[in-house]
Amino acid sequence: MLGRSLREVSAALKQGQITPTELCQKCLSLIKKTKFLNAYITVSEEVALKQAEESEKRYKNGQSLGDLDGIPIAVKDNFSTSGIETTCASNMLKGYIPPYNATVVQKLLDQGALLMGKTNLDEFAMGVLLLSSTLECNGAISARCSLRLPASSDSPDSASQVAGTTGMPHHSQSGSTDGVFGPVKNPWSYSKQYREKRKQNPHSENEDSDWLITGGSSGGSAAAVSAFTCYAALGSDTGGSTRNPAAHCGLVGFKPSYGLVSRHGLIPLVNSMDVPGILTRCVDDAAIVLGALAGPDPRDSTTVHEPINKPFMLPSLADVSKLCIGIPKEYLVPELSSEVQSLWSKAADLFESEGAKVIEVSLPHTSYSIVCYHVLCTSEVASNMARFDGLQYGHRCDIDVSTEAMYAATRREGFNDVVRGRILSGNFFLLKENYENYFVKAQKVRRLIANDFVNAFNSGVDVLLTPTTLSEAVPYLEFIKEDNRTRSAQDDIFTQAVNMAGLPAVSIPVALSNQGLPIGLQFIGRAFCDQQLLTVAKWFEKQVQFPVIQLQELMDDCSAVLENEKLASVSLKQ
Amino acid sequence: MAAPMLRWGCRGRRWAFARVDGGSCHRRGAPTGSTSNQIRGESSVAQQPLHTAQKTRKGEHKWAAVVGLEIHAQISSNSKLFSGSQVRFSAPPNSLVSFFDASLPGTLPVLNRRCVEAAVMTGLALNCHINKKSLFDRKHYFYADLPAGYQITQQRLPIAVNGSLIYGVCAGKKQSQVIPKTVRIKQIQLEQDSGKSLHDNLRSQTLIDLNRAGVGLLEVVLEPDMSCGEEAATAVRELQLILQALGTSQANMAEGQLRVDANISVHHPGEPLGVRTEVKNLNSIRFLAKAIDYEIQRQINELENGGEILNETRSFHHKLGCTMSMRDKEGKQDYRWFMPEPNLPPLVLYDATSLPAGADPQQVINIDQIRETLPELPSVTREKLVQQYGMLLEHSFTLLNEVGLLEFFQNVIKETRAEPKKVTSWVLNTFLGYLKQQNLAVSESPVTPSALAELLDLLDSRTISSSAAKQVMDVKNRNPRAINKLIGLVRKATQSRADPVMIKEILEKKLSL
Repeated sequence: MLGRSLREVSAALKQGQITPTELCQKCLSLIKKTKFLNAYITVSEEVALKQAEESEKRYKNGQSLGDLDGIPIAVKDNFSTSGIETTCASNMLKGYIPPYNATVVQKLLDQGALLMGKTNLDEFAMGVLLLSSTLECNGAISARCSLRLPASSDSPDSASQVAGTTGMPHHSQSGSTDGVFGPVKNPWSYSKQYREKRKQNPHSENEDSDWLITGGSSGGSAAAVSAFTCYAALGSDTGGSTRNPAAHCGLVGFKPSYGLVSRHGLIPLVNSMDVPGILTRCVDDAAIVLGALAGPDPRDSTTVHEPINKPFMLPSLADVSKLCIGIPKEYLVPELSSEVQSLWSKAADLFESEGAKVIEVSLPHTSYSIVCYHVLCTSEVASNMARFDGLQYGHRCDIDVSTEAMYAATRREGFNDVVRGRILSGNFFLLKENYENYFVKAQKVRRLIANDFVNAFNSGVDVLLTPTTLSEAVPYLEFIKEDNRTRSAQDDIFTQAVNMAGLPAVSIPVALSNQGLPIGLQFIGRAFCDQQLLTVAKWFEKQVQFPVIQLQELMDDCSAVLENEKLASVSLKQ
Repeated sequence: MAAPMLRWGCRGRRWAFARVDGGSCHRRGAPTGSTSNQIRGESSVAQQPLHTAQKTRKGEHKWAAVVGLEIHAQISSNSKLFSGSQVRFSAPPNSLVSFFDASLPGTLPVLNRRCVEAAVMTGLALNCHINKKSLFDRKHYFYADLPAGYQITQQRLPIAVNGSLIYGVCAGKKQSQVIPKTVRIKQIQLEQDSGKSLHDNLRSQTLIDLNRAGVGLLEVVLEPDMSCGEEAATAVRELQLILQALGTSQANMAEGQLRVDANISVHHPGEPLGVRTEVKNLNSIRFLAKAIDYEIQRQINELENGGEILNETRSFHHKLGCTMSMRDKEGKQDYRWFMPEPNLPPLVLYDATSLPAGADPQQVINIDQIRETLPELPSVTREKLVQQYGMLLEHSFTLLNEVGLLEFFQNVIKETRAEPKKVTSWVLNTFLGYLKQQNLAVSESPVTPSALAELLDLLDSRTISSSAAKQVMDVKNRNPRAINKLIGLVRKATQSRADPVMIKEILEKKLSL
């Protein structure tokens, strides 16, 4: 049952083959078994069981709320969840319990979904790679309602006022009290497919330490779906943060058009690029979740008011002969692995052989995307992070010499090096004397990058086909070597420009690499043509028949996982 | 350049000031509201009173002062600029704070339609060009009562620009002549108010009240077209009347709904403008005039004594009657520029020609429609008074400037047969004179409009004489001398047989005092 798609399990719930509570318990038990993956920061066991109970009542009364009723889902820990700790994997927000739900979370709950927990991420979603959130927790942390702070002048008296912290419940009801921070392990590290390839490799090192990264920043969400602990997860996507881990974990990772889905309650990285992302096992599932999430939100002024076709039912394309697929020539970069490149070209051939028109297009400003993204991202980060001053909520240091000293120490203790580095860069770009030369220029370049896409689509292209990542997931130990880090800075080259243009894009798992690891390809659509994009992606998904992850060795007593296993018929296998 | 002789200050001295057209660029200050009432720095400059300054100046070349104003008017609205929290003065601390106001992560601003309409209305009333597209920006600074670490304002493209405000300055022998003056309005921008910091030095803590955080403000920037405290004060008073007539702000300075910062510099006419100081914390019109005049004189003294003027922020200390250097909270550490507010799309307004067909009226704002609903502005009211009742222009100014006086006047006019000129004279001279004498507001007056109307009728029908009427006014105003006089008359008539206490009681009853 756990290995099924969301649509399949939804049908099973409707037919009474399984109850929401049974399903919830199966997922909870799997979450416990896969705890070492570090996918979840908080497991909301009690909440989920209660929701399951309510869902069960609805099913019994024939009042199901729809496809998502009783479906276990996970949410990245940068979406606000009422009453459930929301940390952004940062010391700054450890212990912070939001008093409200993000709109997307509320919408999922309104549809009857079961919230299994909050998933791991890079601190404040910064970084493509899920590594940076290893931080020690120190000192008193709490969400405060009291608005007291030390005055500017010295005083011995103020210590007691400032130190007034309230005891917050520790992270999760599941008893996961340690290792909340730290990297997420890619479930494919433990797959039969990968293990078998490793055995053939004479240089194979110690297996236990040789696990793979998930990519990021929504790595926890990707691992949670990939390891069958839930049927769909929310990620966020600012420069590829949903599509990148989806590609590394063999999932569908969908970034909707900017403005289609509300950001209210998503703790921002870059407001003008952030979009809630959807991670699922197949395209149809992503469409179901999108159907529940899409639409204008009076709390987010950047959502678009156009009426949307609901539900997002995806037709099965029988014929792609009227389609025009664009291949951006600038995406053929030297760093691209030969395997990914070969799959990319095979995919293009597949479309062509099925009658689609496949043309080369040019997105000439692609090479400026990374540096442009850096300026815009860090500037907005510097601005957005200003609110974390220890006064209203989150971490507050013990220093009470002055308000300024308290700010400085709170922020030094609360943020990791990556976040502090970005704040520093961003403030540099926002300095009066630098503003025109950096921020304004970067905005102009952003417009050029967006126009590249407009021109490509105006030339008759329906969707663009590109790689999602340069290569498959790499082992953690290799990744943390300096040269790999440098290389990884290039890793969101294929995904970032899409965020700057606000377009919809989806990463589809295509095949396993020689090492037995997933490789994804990306489709990019016209703004607000999300349904068309997913329809093409669904056709492609059907053609490639990507294999299901085989986790017998990981969960040998979880045979249920494999009951629905499809045969690995990889049409594009090399 | 014209150098009109203007009267300023309160001691009847005359100074010559050149009116200098701007060119000086206003620094966007932090909202006045975030400034605490505490004086954090000691004044480092000589604080010489006005009269010594005059002595040193005599016989030397003239100084001209240049005054520009930044005015923050709190928008009269039910809810805040970007959140649904209620706006209410003197509510319990932190009782009107939404998640957005407290800057909880993930919350987003949602623009309040009422505030936009108020800005458009104010812009139209001040002859501004209304920008059909305006933008929001973030202004960054760390301050405890600014929870987000930035203020959302309109820096690049404000909602209204290039307007003008006409006000009248009294001149002539008895200040009886009104000279119309114009100050250009650079822009009107929508922005958020900050919270309030209360410093408790005894316990060494700062308390924050976020009730005001996020309340909508109209920042009105007046070009440096003014040259003395009186001009600035009169301009602000006129703006206050306009805002109150429009209903866009209650503009009550005592409640902080109208806050003024003044940019002041002095120079020799024909020479470049001098270094400017900014004076904050001007919370009454009287203090505004005083502070500006003090600051002008201080700068002149400073320069004549070989000193220099620092580009600094100063606050006005109303008890000492002087300005003092403040330790600028923005300091020199924050050079960060503005950033476009990414969570608010451009604010687009329409007029009759650009209004899209079939647009949802709830989602669009039509400038022309707002123009049609503009109420009568003070200048028009004055004109009407002059035309309708044949009163002097300066009388119409007085009628509007005194809170409630116009309404009182109109009610008297309605009920009396007396000539309007007579009514004007009685209201402005006799009645207002009594109120001033007894330090009463119009609303506290013991004389009702009907009573005055009746009195004027008696006067009109020559039932009583003018001096008798004035005596009646005295009595009505409970002038003890007038009442004692009456008691005396009764005693005389009763040949001192009546008890004075009883006479007083009966009299008071009869006079319905």
